[in-house]
Amino acid sequence: MKLKQLSVFLENKPGALGAPCRLLAKNHINIQTFALADTREFGILRLIVEDTDKARRLLQRHGFAVKVTEVLALEVPDQPGGLVAVLDALDGTGINVEYAYAFTTKSKGHGLLVFRFSNPDGALKALQARKISAVGTKELWQRLKG
Amino acid sequence: MSKNREIPPLHPASAMDFLPLAQLREVQFSRLKDMVQRAYDGVALFHKRMEERKLKPADLHSMDDIVKLPYTVKTDLRDAYPFGLLASPMKDIVRFHASSGTTGKPIVVAYTQEDIADWTRAMVRSFAACGVHAGDVIQNAYGYGLFTGGLGAHYGAEGIGASVVPISGGNTDRQIMILKDFGVTVICCTPSYFLHILDRAAELGVHVKDLPLRTGVFGAEPWTENMRERIEAGSGIKAYDIYGLSEIVGPGVAMECTHQGGPHIFEDMFYPEIIDPKTLEPLPDGAEGELVLTTLCKRAMPMLRYRTRDITSLEPARCACGRTLRRIRRIGRRSDDMLIIRGVNLYPSQIEAALLKVEGTLPHYQIIVDRKKDLDTLEVQVEVTNEALEDTVGALEQLRKRLGHAIEGVTGLRPELKLVAPRTLQRSEGKAKRVLDKRIL
Repeated sequence: MKLKQLSVFLENKPGALGAPCRLLAKNHINIQTFALADTREFGILRLIVEDTDKARRLLQRHGFAVKVTEVLALEVPDQPGGLVAVLDALDGTGINVEYAYAFTTKSKGHGLLVFRFSNPDGALKALQARKISAVGTKELWQRLKG
Repeated sequence: MSKNREIPPLHPASAMDFLPLAQLREVQFSRLKDMVQRAYDGVALFHKRMEERKLKPADLHSMDDIVKLPYTVKTDLRDAYPFGLLASPMKDIVRFHASSGTTGKPIVVAYTQEDIADWTRAMVRSFAACGVHAGDVIQNAYGYGLFTGGLGAHYGAEGIGASVVPISGGNTDRQIMILKDFGVTVICCTPSYFLHILDRAAELGVHVKDLPLRTGVFGAEPWTENMRERIEAGSGIKAYDIYGLSEIVGPGVAMECTHQGGPHIFEDMFYPEIIDPKTLEPLPDGAEGELVLTTLCKRAMPMLRYRTRDITSLEPARCACGRTLRRIRRIGRRSDDMLIIRGVNLYPSQIEAALLKVEGTLPHYQIIVDRKKDLDTLEVQVEVTNEALEDTVGALEQLRKRLGHAIEGVTGLRPELKLVAPRTLQRSEGKAKRVLDKRIL
């Protein structure tokens, strides 16, 4: 199951990160997890929120440039070699990990990671072949709320 | 080494600068008739426009009748790209040059052998007017290539019998080394670049005041008396203003004499008029308006009443040097939105064409021009749109580079390209403020 992520363009200057976060807060949208990529001049804020479409519309209406990207949320055993199993599954597929970040929650000895692959569908297939399943939207929210 | 201030005897080519007025008008009119005939016979556009006015070359009876001729504008050159305005067969064309058009394509100009000889003569008269002479060592730091500045100044410099250093633009440290080592006496470049050379020379511990360099022939961009004072005080040279444009010939349309009272137009070759840019009505000498030029000698590409878009006036008073040629007042602004950056003409519409090519739709953008250490800087800020946004830093950097390259491809200038958030660029009354020129000249 793929997950939708919002990427928001930010200028690299003080206060730039606060504006979209405050807007989401005011509208009671919780950020489940996020990651920030930056260069000297600009940054990209990547967000996982429950209602992606609502958040996207809200942000765009307030003048932010927003792109929706497909990512995979993977449960990874919190032990040495946990991440390696994921990477092994992709070996030889030519699929690239563009970036990854984590949810802060942990359950049953598993961490939850967000991966952006160059080919999300191909990655999903390769992972399923190794019995590594991606966490779907519904499941994710249940877990995050439970 | 010291500066030699001796004024040389007049160059024979300068004799035309001093023609008695009645005789000058005769020369002008006889050349005008021939040129109009060539334009009418050889260029479909001019033929059509004259027919529309029921005008034949024979209907011109004196110089005053020039107002009967149709105007030519920059877009005519663009629409004729590349060879539509040639009045001579290709076998007679010996050279092309090009300069910025208003969109993606440059405008092209062409020369016959005779045109090159005329242009060289105009440049010889330009150098002679400010006291340059055979035996001078001229460092020509105008760009060589499609730009008319480099080769135009080069031919004139050789023509007057000087020794030319064809160094072209850029590489400031090398410019300074040659200035010093070759005993250069005359330099040709944009005035802002010379100020930059002076800054750098000071950093390198080179005292330009102690070098033989005594004359600067500065043009290709607007400048001010304030810049002249800075140049002269900082270097001990005399700074002279040269004026020209590719559409007419290149540099050498007008040049200051040693009295530095504004460039004298070589009127026997390039006939000046001043018009009101709104009503297009001719204005008298002394009135400020748009400069319109007619080439009286050109063969490959004659220009009838070309609207330069430069705002100036024709000085009514005779210059103390005795030339009968009228002078133009310093050009400070234009009647269109053209910018001159490091001597290169730039239209905002060229930037638009480049951005449109990359993104498919036109994003909001702003052009910010500034001058740092006497060098013009060009920054283009582009608002990121939802459509253009990429999710990785690498892909956004790629977008930034593609936009920058596209602009460089169209304008020849490499901008500092900055991606900015949507709705951050200033919009005034719904219409975006596209250009912010922060330069103080």
